[in-house]
Amino acid sequence: MDDSLSRFLILIPAFPLAAAIIIAIAGPKLLKQWSHVPVIVALVASFICSLGLLSEVKKRSNYAEPEHRLLAHAGFEHVVTLWTWADVGEAYELDKPTYGDSEASIADRGHRDFRVDVTLRADALTAIMLSMVTFISSLVAIFGAGYMHGDRGYWRFFSYIGLFVFSMTMLVSVSNFILLFVFWEAVGVCSYLLIGFWYEKPEAAAAGKKAFLVNRVGDFGFALALFLIWTNYGTLNFHDTRADGETDQVLVAQAMETQLAGDAPGDNESLVVRGVVGRWRVAANDYATGGVALAICLLLLLGACGKSAQFPLHVWLPDAMEGPTPVSALIHAATMVTAGVYMVARCTPLFMASPEAQLTVACVGAFTALLAGLIAMTQYDLKRVLAYSTVSQLGYMFLALGTGTVVGISAGMFHLFTHAFFKALLFLGAGSVMHAMGNVIDMRRFGGLRKLMPTTHATFMIGCLALAGFPLLSGFFSKDSIVAAVHDRYHTMEHELDHRGAHADAHMTSEATGHDERGAGPRPTPSPLTSWDAARLHRFATIYHWLYLSAMFTAFLTAFYTFRAFYMTFYGKEVIPHEAGEHAHESPPMMAWPLIVLAVCAALVGISLDQTIIEGPNRFGEFLLNTPSLADGAALASFEFHINVAGTSGAIAIVAILLATYLYLGHRREIEWLRRLMDFEQFAKWFDVESVSRWKEVTWVKQLHSGAKSVGLGWLTGALGNVVLLLALITATPFLLGHFVSPYKLSLGKFFIDEIYQLLIVLPLRGFAVVCYAIDRWVVDGFVNLVGRLPPLFGGLMRSLQMGLVQFYALAMVLGVLVLLVARVMLAACR
Amino acid sequence: MATLLDNHLLSCMIAVPFIGILAMVVIRNEQVSRIIALLCAVLDLGLGLYLWSRFKPADEGMQLVERIPWMPTFNIEYAVGVDGISILLVLLTTLLTPLCVLCSWSSIKIHVKAFMILILLVEGAMIVVFTALDLFLFFMMWEVTMIPMYFMIILWGGPGRIAAGLKFVLYSLTGSLLLLVGILALHVESGLGTFDIQTLSEQTYSSDAQFWMFLAFLLAFGIKLPMFPFHTWLPDAHAEAPTAGSVILAGVLLKMGGYGFLRICLPIFPDAAVTFAPLMLSLSVVAILYGGFMALAQDDLKKLVAYSSISHMGFVTLGIFVFNRQGIQGAILQMFNHGIVTGAMFLAVGQLYERTHSRLISDYGGLHKTMPRFAGLFCIFAVASFGLPGTCSFIGEVLVLLGASETSYVMVLLAMGGIVLAASYMLWMLQRVVLGQPSTSTAEQIPDLTPRETLNLVPLAIVVFMIGVYPGPLMEMMDACVANLVELTNKALPIK
Repeated sequence: MDDSLSRFLILIPAFPLAAAIIIAIAGPKLLKQWSHVPVIVALVASFICSLGLLSEVKKRSNYAEPEHRLLAHAGFEHVVTLWTWADVGEAYELDKPTYGDSEASIADRGHRDFRVDVTLRADALTAIMLSMVTFISSLVAIFGAGYMHGDRGYWRFFSYIGLFVFSMTMLVSVSNFILLFVFWEAVGVCSYLLIGFWYEKPEAAAAGKKAFLVNRVGDFGFALALFLIWTNYGTLNFHDTRADGETDQVLVAQAMETQLAGDAPGDNESLVVRGVVGRWRVAANDYATGGVALAICLLLLLGACGKSAQFPLHVWLPDAMEGPTPVSALIHAATMVTAGVYMVARCTPLFMASPEAQLTVACVGAFTALLAGLIAMTQYDLKRVLAYSTVSQLGYMFLALGTGTVVGISAGMFHLFTHAFFKALLFLGAGSVMHAMGNVIDMRRFGGLRKLMPTTHATFMIGCLALAGFPLLSGFFSKDSIVAAVHDRYHTMEHELDHRGAHADAHMTSEATGHDERGAGPRPTPSPLTSWDAARLHRFATIYHWLYLSAMFTAFLTAFYTFRAFYMTFYGKEVIPHEAGEHAHESPPMMAWPLIVLAVCAALVGISLDQTIIEGPNRFGEFLLNTPSLADGAALASFEFHINVAGTSGAIAIVAILLATYLYLGHRREIEWLRRLMDFEQFAKWFDVESVSRWKEVTWVKQLHSGAKSVGLGWLTGALGNVVLLLALITATPFLLGHFVSPYKLSLGKFFIDEIYQLLIVLPLRGFAVVCYAIDRWVVDGFVNLVGRLPPLFGGLMRSLQMGLVQFYALAMVLGVLVLLVARVMLAACR
Repeated sequence: MATLLDNHLLSCMIAVPFIGILAMVVIRNEQVSRIIALLCAVLDLGLGLYLWSRFKPADEGMQLVERIPWMPTFNIEYAVGVDGISILLVLLTTLLTPLCVLCSWSSIKIHVKAFMILILLVEGAMIVVFTALDLFLFFMMWEVTMIPMYFMIILWGGPGRIAAGLKFVLYSLTGSLLLLVGILALHVESGLGTFDIQTLSEQTYSSDAQFWMFLAFLLAFGIKLPMFPFHTWLPDAHAEAPTAGSVILAGVLLKMGGYGFLRICLPIFPDAAVTFAPLMLSLSVVAILYGGFMALAQDDLKKLVAYSSISHMGFVTLGIFVFNRQGIQGAILQMFNHGIVTGAMFLAVGQLYERTHSRLISDYGGLHKTMPRFAGLFCIFAVASFGLPGTCSFIGEVLVLLGASETSYVMVLLAMGGIVLAASYMLWMLQRVVLGQPSTSTAEQIPDLTPRETLNLVPLAIVVFMIGVYPGPLMEMMDACVANLVELTNKALPIK
């Protein structure tokens, strides 16, 4: 623990934990309204440590001379062991690995200890996550000090925040699946506590429970995936270790070298246990493929869907907005919900082994992005618009991870990074509005706040522009890189197909992936695509193409709903709800400054880290690929700016912003018109039973009918009228029904997913529980009681024999003796 | 003195409660009898910790063995000793007993002396059960534990106490009868003329004999545990017993079943254990899910905890009958953790009951506001109960599931469903009891925990987190001896 990396790694989570404990002990009596001080100090200290960690990792990744020859081009990681959490000797015999038969994988076989050390790791991925988390949380804590001022649970709030940051920093820095799961749950608990912070509100208590339970469903998948990983790989560590728990990479490399040379290791202790995403396994690509890989990945994805609020487990996030707004910004937008994305990115090698799983990830992501975007269009609660937007953006990240290319993963992580800034900014802005409006958050009840709250307005606008993907702001770069990665993916596949068409007989030798126009040299490893058959390639290409289109459409939705919310809040007639009272003014500096800092970041973080637009380096991507589990594909990666894709998505964003401006700035009649159209209101008005039956009142129909009557053809027009009526009703019925499930109502009702779950899952389960209970009472226990009744019953039978007649007793005795005698005689006879 | 303690540590632990009982018999004062009971229990806890420090984890055999011939004609001995499996349960017993005494301090108002005597009697008997090396001694003390429980239920219990007590005692007697039959059969079948468990387990028996004897033991232990179809005595007994009774019952008495499987069934009847394993595993999974659904349907706090016990004990049998190291270690840990957590839950519910005399969830609400200290502790135990990582139950359940994943994924899948269920009934209960608004106006005047009551719960909360964060020492303690046990049963497993 003497080097700086280890020290940083330990200090980063230690500060917030210490602060949380101090506040929990001293908060209620001593600190009171000063409870924010320890947390803010601790978080800033953690942030400084994270920066130190970041620069250290960067420095060490760039060493020209690796410490061991086997470590060249394998990325950089550093692992610290704190203590051994659990150790069961020879717990499992890994006799038939389902993956390759390289020498190293053969060495994997044999008895495995179930050994879980509490280990922290430093690598590029962790460093990025750590600095992002500590930065955002410092700002949110400062903002929260102003926002929560005067709340009864002031100290409780900051204690929870400290606990959360501790858990989150641990989550991204632990190096073991079990511990990942531990902190995965721990952040879930913090989220539960903070959603239910105002526990007197029944909605808050219910929302907390819902969040936890939905997450439990995800965790169910996650845990199953862990068991599968354990039985397939015999370890749950990310990193490689020696069997005695030594993690120093040089020592492990030496042990590996001995092992690869075929020398029998001196003792079991120095065998190398290859971590699940450790460099040796990644390098040898010893991963289970086929069904096992698919199962592991899909279960992991289920876990990720729970935490990152992806369809079908997205339902908890919008409800989580019951918590205090700084919490929504920190946990439910910037940090915790990205844990799923982090986990999938961390498990990249596992997903690489199963293209189907990757495709599923991409589809789930794209579908969620679209669905949430559609819902966000019609919500009136400012925080819920932002919540659905978060769900949607997380969908984008999953889409990026699902492309399965290193560039795509880098894009997804980049979007995670930029999103954290602008979404935290937007939520804090919403919090600022709520603070001023006396906790009113319904956008119909306030408006035109731009003069009242100039700072909030300006910063919120930057956030909106960044979220909408307005060119040159951070969201533009990250979203563009995602869309470009998807574009690349299907383009590569189509290219491969074309290539095969051209050289039908020589496709096995075809040069690997990628655009020729990239002009890259020969690839170090052949692309896995070359081994795919044409039908599969075609299928994948088609699906990815659709995902690309869907992503583009979602980009349009994003820009539209963002600016809808923006205009409704800050423009139009100035409306202030009565709850606001004296508060209707700009927020205090303690809340304004974090907004300004975040706004600057939201504007600049994109261009400063991704300079491919000016032919510069993609610093973010290049740094990220120093992560050992991604380092293998780093050689394949080429970051470049796709001017076509970026131009299209930029144009789409601008068009959507303009459309929103046209519809929502100034007169709002247009909205009503649109709403009526999407609600089938015109159909409903003209075609419902009553109005159709009123057609016969129309003058020219009446005249026609009376005219026909006068010539004795009244029966004909009458019948004709009835036929028309009938036809009209038949054709109108779908629309009439559609009125209840019109696009507008679907969107407003969040596609009724909550109601469907309630009906299909919650109620049946509760009903089943009641039925079980009845069975237990009346059948299982009834049977027991029945058995209990038997002795008295027999007793009752016997009692009737005790009648007190001496003659009867004598008779019985004689009969008994007779029976015994007969039996004895017969027995003797039988012998 | 010191040598006496060192040489006869276990006997001293056993003697302390009985000496306390003798002392109480001659004393009239209620307050003094409370103090004596507490002193004895705390002294035993101290001895337990000393025992822990004396225990050598690397040793796989019995330690601190004491043997005194008792009925030499029948080769019956007073023989006690501990190994890695039993020491945890002994520790659990000594940890929970002082808390039981404390929680009955003011809640037991009549026949205080008798109650305290019964608590100490159970403690002494339990320690003997967990350390006995002689089947006859084991059986005798097994029986002794039942009597105090019966009286606790019928004398100090709730409104339905008579029926519940009767059911408990009849069920237990059935089990004991089968246990006796099993022990006698084993005695005869072995032909060794001994009741010594270790000697008996070195003998091999024909698989037919194993089958029938295993069945007898299975029913005896299954009723005590309780396993799925034999569980109906438990909710009634738990619900009607006084707080201390519920704590002892759930915390320690149920563990005798699991302990019996590990101490007797697996080593002596390995073949039969393998034969019965599929049945046992299925029943375990059924118990996990069934208990969960039952708990979901409860409006009675104590019954909810009782049914959750059934679910948790399902994990114990699941872990035992997968016959691998993680599984069995997980099962033992699960027994220990269940004792801590469920014991704490019953203590907490008892404290609520003392204030409001209601066990119905629907009578509560918003306790967070009126009893913040209680609410905090209660939440800790509730989340520990559904195996939240960082609390003790997590490690046990994970190990059991890891073990089971080597046998059958279907089992794991279903058992995981039980964990999701556990979260739902516990959180739903918390939402209705602790969160929200106080249900009635009177509910707003419930006083928070007194220092004595806080002292009652805090040690358990500390243990919950300590084991959650650092279970290493406990696991190390049982490692060698579980390895030994697994080796024994693996010989009986069909070759893979």
